Amino acid sequence: MILKIEQDWGRFREIVRGKIKENLRKYIVHSELIGKKGKDLISIPVPQIEVPHFVHSPQKMGGVGQGEGEEGTPIGIGEVDGDRQVGNQAGSHILEVELTLDEIARILGEELELPNIEPKGKENIKSFTGRYTNIHTSGPESLKHTKRTFKEALKRQIITGSYDPQDPVIIPISEDKRYKSREAVEKPAYNAVVIYIMDVSGSMGNEQKEIVRIESFWIDTWLRYQYKDIDTKYIVHDAVAHQVDRDTFFRIRESGGTIISSAYRLCRRMIDELYPPDEWNIYVFHFSDGDNWSRDDTHECIEILEEAFLPAINLFCYGQVESPYGSGQFYYDLEDNLGKEDNLILSKIPDKDAIYDSIKRFLGRGK
Amino acid sequence: MLSHEPERYVEEIKQHASNYGLDFFDVIFEVIDFEEMNMLASYGGFPVRYPHWRFGMEYEKISKSYSYGLHKIYEMVINNDPSYAYLLKGNTDIDQKLVIAHVYGHSDFFKNNFWFSGSNRKMLDEMANHAVKIRRYIDRYGYGEVEGFIDICISIEDLIDIHSPFINRRADRKSVLEEGEDGRVSASKLRSPNEYLEDYINPQDFIEWQREKAEEEKVKKKKTNFPESAERDVLLFLVENAPLEEWERDVLSMIREESYYYAPQIQTKIMNEGWAAYWHSKMLTEKVITDIEIIDYADHHSGTLATSPGVINPYKFGLELFRDIEDRWNKGKFGKDYEECDDIEEKRNWNRKLGLGREKIFQVRRFYNDVTFIDEFLTEDFCREHGLFTYNYNRSTGMYEIESRDFKKIKEKLLFLLTNCGRPIIEVIDGNYMNRGELYLVHKHEGVDLKLDWAKDVLNQLSRIWTRPVHLETSVQAKVRVFTADGEVREKEIK
Repeated sequence: MILKIEQDWGRFREIVRGKIKENLRKYIVHSELIGKKGKDLISIPVPQIEVPHFVHSPQKMGGVGQGEGEEGTPIGIGEVDGDRQVGNQAGSHILEVELTLDEIARILGEELELPNIEPKGKENIKSFTGRYTNIHTSGPESLKHTKRTFKEALKRQIITGSYDPQDPVIIPISEDKRYKSREAVEKPAYNAVVIYIMDVSGSMGNEQKEIVRIESFWIDTWLRYQYKDIDTKYIVHDAVAHQVDRDTFFRIRESGGTIISSAYRLCRRMIDELYPPDEWNIYVFHFSDGDNWSRDDTHECIEILEEAFLPAINLFCYGQVESPYGSGQFYYDLEDNLGKEDNLILSKIPDKDAIYDSIKRFLGRGK
Repeated sequence: MLSHEPERYVEEIKQHASNYGLDFFDVIFEVIDFEEMNMLASYGGFPVRYPHWRFGMEYEKISKSYSYGLHKIYEMVINNDPSYAYLLKGNTDIDQKLVIAHVYGHSDFFKNNFWFSGSNRKMLDEMANHAVKIRRYIDRYGYGEVEGFIDICISIEDLIDIHSPFINRRADRKSVLEEGEDGRVSASKLRSPNEYLEDYINPQDFIEWQREKAEEEKVKKKKTNFPESAERDVLLFLVENAPLEEWERDVLSMIREESYYYAPQIQTKIMNEGWAAYWHSKMLTEKVITDIEIIDYADHHSGTLATSPGVINPYKFGLELFRDIEDRWNKGKFGKDYEECDDIEEKRNWNRKLGLGREKIFQVRRFYNDVTFIDEFLTEDFCREHGLFTYNYNRSTGMYEIESRDFKKIKEKLLFLLTNCGRPIIEVIDGNYMNRGELYLVHKHEGVDLKLDWAKDVLNQLSRIWTRPVHLETSVQAKVRVFTADGEVREKEIK
């Protein structure tokens, strides 16, 4: 059978990429890139075009299920999903499955066509690991390679003529003995650290933080997949900056003003003290609504970026979420002043749908 | 152990199926690899379909979830005479045996269930014909043109009348001969036992009065009602009355035909899967599997029947309900005596040893669809035993939560979800609204509002087909509203 689906499939993908049929664009849904660590339940993005039909409003619809639980027990479908109906043939478009984080990262990489990261060359630092790939004539008995030993003995006996095919008795002597031996392999060591900075000033609402949470989860997953060991640090700031743990990072809500340079200074100190750039691959992700307190402060930020960050670190990513209060000026300031820098990436994330593109933008350069 | 020739089990299992009394079409089994399986599944099981991106979209979903190991399609069977069934190459022997038995269950259901009686049994050919015709239209009118029209059609493809194959909704056109010799409508007379009583039973002036009334009615009907009565088969109404190009009319009617073909499968999803699961489990455990296969069988079978909280698994639900019916009819747990018995202990141990179970489930598979199946056979005991509940969206938590375990509510909700395949009921009321050639549709509100943004988009699509404004009357939060589309959608409230 020839795969006739090719044509229809290609057509569909062109629509999804926005090359043809603009009118369908608004019906394209990427199911959300949501990760629930712990239970490892993951939704995988499969773009679908939802053609409108006359349907019941899914939120008012409800349904019938099967299982345990009292009245009021949530049943684990957080998403409003019009397809979940009894008797409806088409399954839901959100696919949920248990996967390991490595698998998810691989899928994410394929999905977003992310290049593998080429770490900065740190030729001076090497780590040694050993593998038993060689053969030696001496060694401890426990590492004796029996097959090779008998082979040697056989060779010797044939040469000396003491081998009788009618009565094949082979007795190794000490010269015949062969041992497995360890060979040292030099591997360059890559150390990586990711520093997440989030603006938690009053204008950042829950929705904005949710976006940051989802996006940094995926970035984290991808970088962990690319580097074996990775350090993560979390900084939150309003008018002052603090280092916090991961949990706090996603939960905290402050209400002060916004002085971005406070966080950049803290970040610079952290790098200076703990992560010398010639030994570390450093990634900094900063999320904010871009409403900095003053122009002077913005200038200071740009100075720090120019002097301290950009020459030393792999990547500086600035993701700007949209808040109802902010002007979002910081994005433009960075763009105007540093837009040409190779390892500075700017991205706007107005809503959850934009996370997908934003991650692609941040990680798409393979740095 | 891999099998390269599952065909060798087919004869054996077919024999068992016949012995159990299943009555199926011939089944042609084809063993195909996963690539072909994914493709066929994307085409809804048919090897040849018309070109459209919707199938590519299915393929994207199916092939991706296959390659990520999320699910795999073991089998597919097509309602056709002969039935076609596809088996996945490389499945283990026990998987193939299970699937073959399952397929015979489906084929029996296709052949015997009343709701399939109107379906086209040569659909394989028909689908291929549709593909050829649409390809020809593409050659003549261009890919974009035809695809664009199909895009509109698939938005409205579900606006059919799923009961129409079984009911004659349109009054038969009376033959001219039935009218009186003078060309007037004949009035209905009462039957008189004797000719001499005729004048008393059907007095002349009464007959005359009736006749006049009927004439009036006829004239009135002619003037005002178009369609004569509310038309639920919106697609048919459009095919017959919309100002379409001939090729468009043809495409629309092909899509309508395919919708009717799939309708009984949606209407009997629970029964059909339940029936097939009932028989694969019966045949395999009683006749087919060997000792060493029992674990693998149990593993596969339990995977098929697994439940998750938010959804009803039709395999599981259907299978259990069939078994429940069989058990009740074997023990005589039905009828007046049983219903009126107040003693719980007596009811639980009720056994009249009637042995009618097998006969009953065969009868059920012939005459019922999911709605009537649940309406008649779902019991309170069954709901409790199987942990059924209704759930609803809680606005304050943003989660779906268990709402109730009350039998009446569960049944009501299930029936609502299944009625008209879970779709809202939309009828054409007037094809010449306000005498301006506008189309007036009514949504028969059953307690749940429409998803409005979509409804507006569909309305716009309809107005492109109808070429005149299209109105939809529906209720939004208990207020009657009319949406009007003529390129853009306006809304007004009516009292």
